[in-house]
Amino acid sequence: MTDVQAPLLTKKDFESDQAVRWCPGCGDYAILAQAQKKMPTFGRKREEFVFVSGIGCSSRFPYYMNTYGFHSIHGRAPAVATGVKIANPDLSVWVVTGDGDGLSIGGNHFMHVLRRNMDVNILMFNNRIYGLTKGQYSPTSEQGKKTKASPYGSIDYPLNPPSLALGAQATFVARTIDRWQKHMAEMLERSYNHDGGSFIEIYQNCNIFNDGAFEEYTGAEKFSNVIELKHGEPMVFAQGTKGIKLDGFKPKVVDMEKNSIDDILIHDETDLDLAHIIANWTSHPTLPEPIGVIYCIDKTTYNQEIVNQIELAIKTKGPGNVQDLLNSGDTWVVD
Amino acid sequence: MGKTFKTIDEAVIRFAGDSGDGMQLTGGRFTETTAIVGNDLSTLPDYPAEIRAPAGSLAGVSAFQIKFSSKDIHTPGVNPDVLVAMNPAALKVHQKEIIPGGTLIINTDAFTKKNLKFAGYESNPIEDGSLDDYFTLIPVEMNKMVTAACEGLDLSPKLVGRTKNFFALGILFYMYDRPLDATEAWLKKKFKGKDAIIEANTRALNAGYNYGDTTELFMTRYKVEKANLPSGTYRNMNGNLATSLGLLAASQRSGLKLFYGGYPITPASDILHTLAIWKHFGVQTFQAEDEIAGISSVIGAAFTGKLAVTATSGPGIALKGEALGLGVITELPLVVINVQRGGPSTGLPTKTEQSDLNQALYGRNGEAPLPVIAPATPGDCFYAAYEACRIALKFMTPVMLLSDGYLANGSEPWKIPNVDDLEDIDVKFAHKQNSENDFLPYLRDEDTLSRPWAIPGTPGLEHRLGGIEKEENTGHVSYDPENHHRMVELRQEKVNRIQNDIPPLEVFGEDHGDMLVLSWGGTYGACRSAVETLNEEGKKVSHVHLRWINPLPKDLGEIIIGFKNVLVPEINLGQLLRLVRSEYLVDAQGLNLVRGRPIGASTIVETVKKTIG
Repeated sequence: MTDVQAPLLTKKDFESDQAVRWCPGCGDYAILAQAQKKMPTFGRKREEFVFVSGIGCSSRFPYYMNTYGFHSIHGRAPAVATGVKIANPDLSVWVVTGDGDGLSIGGNHFMHVLRRNMDVNILMFNNRIYGLTKGQYSPTSEQGKKTKASPYGSIDYPLNPPSLALGAQATFVARTIDRWQKHMAEMLERSYNHDGGSFIEIYQNCNIFNDGAFEEYTGAEKFSNVIELKHGEPMVFAQGTKGIKLDGFKPKVVDMEKNSIDDILIHDETDLDLAHIIANWTSHPTLPEPIGVIYCIDKTTYNQEIVNQIELAIKTKGPGNVQDLLNSGDTWVVD
Repeated sequence: MGKTFKTIDEAVIRFAGDSGDGMQLTGGRFTETTAIVGNDLSTLPDYPAEIRAPAGSLAGVSAFQIKFSSKDIHTPGVNPDVLVAMNPAALKVHQKEIIPGGTLIINTDAFTKKNLKFAGYESNPIEDGSLDDYFTLIPVEMNKMVTAACEGLDLSPKLVGRTKNFFALGILFYMYDRPLDATEAWLKKKFKGKDAIIEANTRALNAGYNYGDTTELFMTRYKVEKANLPSGTYRNMNGNLATSLGLLAASQRSGLKLFYGGYPITPASDILHTLAIWKHFGVQTFQAEDEIAGISSVIGAAFTGKLAVTATSGPGIALKGEALGLGVITELPLVVINVQRGGPSTGLPTKTEQSDLNQALYGRNGEAPLPVIAPATPGDCFYAAYEACRIALKFMTPVMLLSDGYLANGSEPWKIPNVDDLEDIDVKFAHKQNSENDFLPYLRDEDTLSRPWAIPGTPGLEHRLGGIEKEENTGHVSYDPENHHRMVELRQEKVNRIQNDIPPLEVFGEDHGDMLVLSWGGTYGACRSAVETLNEEGKKVSHVHLRWINPLPKDLGEIIIGFKNVLVPEINLGQLLRLVRSEYLVDAQGLNLVRGRPIGASTIVETVKKTIG
């Protein structure tokens, strides 16, 4: 056996010595706990993990992970992470961001890091509110939301993060919910194993400024209001009592007692057209909220292409010599 | 009838034409040949911001000036001896700057009614005698000439017409006795596979040369002997290439691979273009989605152990400001290059200016000091870039390199250095804990106050950086008032200590006298020329040029005391001037011309004389 023994790490190894300072009851705790629990299971050395964040409640995350970490500036985490990943493609790079950080001030970087298929894992905590600045509406807040900044109701229309990610040519788009611990663990693992840029939208409850925003997906009725997407399987929910059928391009909910399982839509996470349709269900009045991997395909990563181009250049031109380069061009000698 | 040769010390020629006339290229070829001939030289490209302004318009005029000499020169000159004007607009824009009695070579084929009107001429200046009293006028039907020269070639009249710049180049090569072979070889390389184009341009070039030889318009030819430069191997060098080479040399000497993240912007983009070619050196270039992503990626790469660099111009620095503060507080080595252009806002994108010094020194929130270094000449950009890297790595700090459009695009003969002779760059990553069972990312070196550089992938040194104030030594988040005050002082003190790494200033001239001319950046050449002239006239004037503007060199204050007056010429409204006045309580005066072009040496001479008589 020549296998290198994978380091045996536990959740404890990923907990930093810093006191966690989110509000009691915040959904962020659940996500942190799940990340600390999941990371040691990947069989990778702790020093190879880098967590990069922007600004906002969620962006304090790196301080609590006992890995390399960077709490950068508002909205720029994807760009900082890009530099880390290009500089050392062997690292496992994670971006922790929120709906304001990732989609408002950092919207441009969010779009481009996904477009390039940069192999970083983006965890976007979506609580549909600005928490750290004490409760203004965010780009995912519903229209009409009353906040300090919108006392008569917000007149902004919300955007739809998975649709945006798909439009940006993301190769991995998923959604999970803070209270769905097992599901979240599964999504983290899928994201880790995806060689390419991955985006997980995590519905996260802000119990101070937007409490109950996702109540229908986490409360007693959750199984009726949420559908778990599983690749290759028919889209059924509500304990198998309901399913989704496509009527042309329009999905509709049907009663399974009156319909054959064969008529139910099968999830195919490699189908971009289907992914766009599913992404559109977000906050739909008649359809269940889709969670799980909406889309996942293989495509060469930006970081790999950089390596490839450099290797090719060295192969065709030979390794560069700085002195030769200085001496090149039209030269002349002065005695 | 025999033609005579006249030996002269120096000449200034300017090519001017429409943006599409290939003036930059023509000037570039004249420069290469002049370099090979062995003259000292200095160039000034001057082109519009528009890629193709309307043909024949004043806004679309593009020009290239070169001064070449058998002596050591420092500037591209102000007033040309010879102007090549390819159309009426070029003549209109530039004629007032030709020296009285200078030579005007004009492409008369472009002096159509329409073009004359477009340029604002009521009558044709070639025919109405308005130029005759002032200049030696040489009208040439360049389009007709190249059409004849290219007869029999399978090329459209439009493509044939485009060779007229090489016809003009041929005339100038004849006038100044320069060989054609380097240009012919260049054409073969540049247009490889396009034989008709090579042939057409070669014929145009030779036709121009022969035209000079056979007509009686050029009875005098000029010889400019080789300059007496220090011995060594030379090449012609422009500022942006020199900057790129300096970064690459620093990469080799530090043993760190170069990472460049940036966004295209005039006049800095050439640095991105150049580095993108050097993949076989392991250089990673990342064209980011915006300026902020550019510097953010550089911060990420610096955290991960690369020699991390970004380049931009003033508007880009404005966008990078917040991230620069992050670089300051996380104390990571970055090199940030600002190739300054005219401002504010979009300003004059293709023109030079020195107006971003205040931005470099103060353009961030909070107390966010960072070292600022400026190259003096195009070739010096190599050494300044190298030095910026060395200091960034040694002191673990972002460093701002203030180049400018004049240095970036201008060129001069450059003695090729030996990379092994450059000052050592010693980089040590942290490999083990530096405290009892702990790693303290902000535990400082006693001399430099730099903190350890532990990069991701290093076992046992996991730590978190960020923009929130750091606790001294541990680097943990800290809101403690005393700690904050201490960290603010430490970051400033660290930059101050770079003074210990700066060599003493060189005073050109006596160390006391009536006037000290104090300069920084691209005004070096004009100031040095002016002081040389003044010294020849017996004036007690000296020159000091600053390479580091932050921190200022230790000995500047003492030097200033030795002079009755201090003059600070700058292409801004007095940014270094105010710094010097406040720092040394000296009644220095400014010479401030903000016209998007270099300050002329003669202007400095006049200003000095006004003060000291």
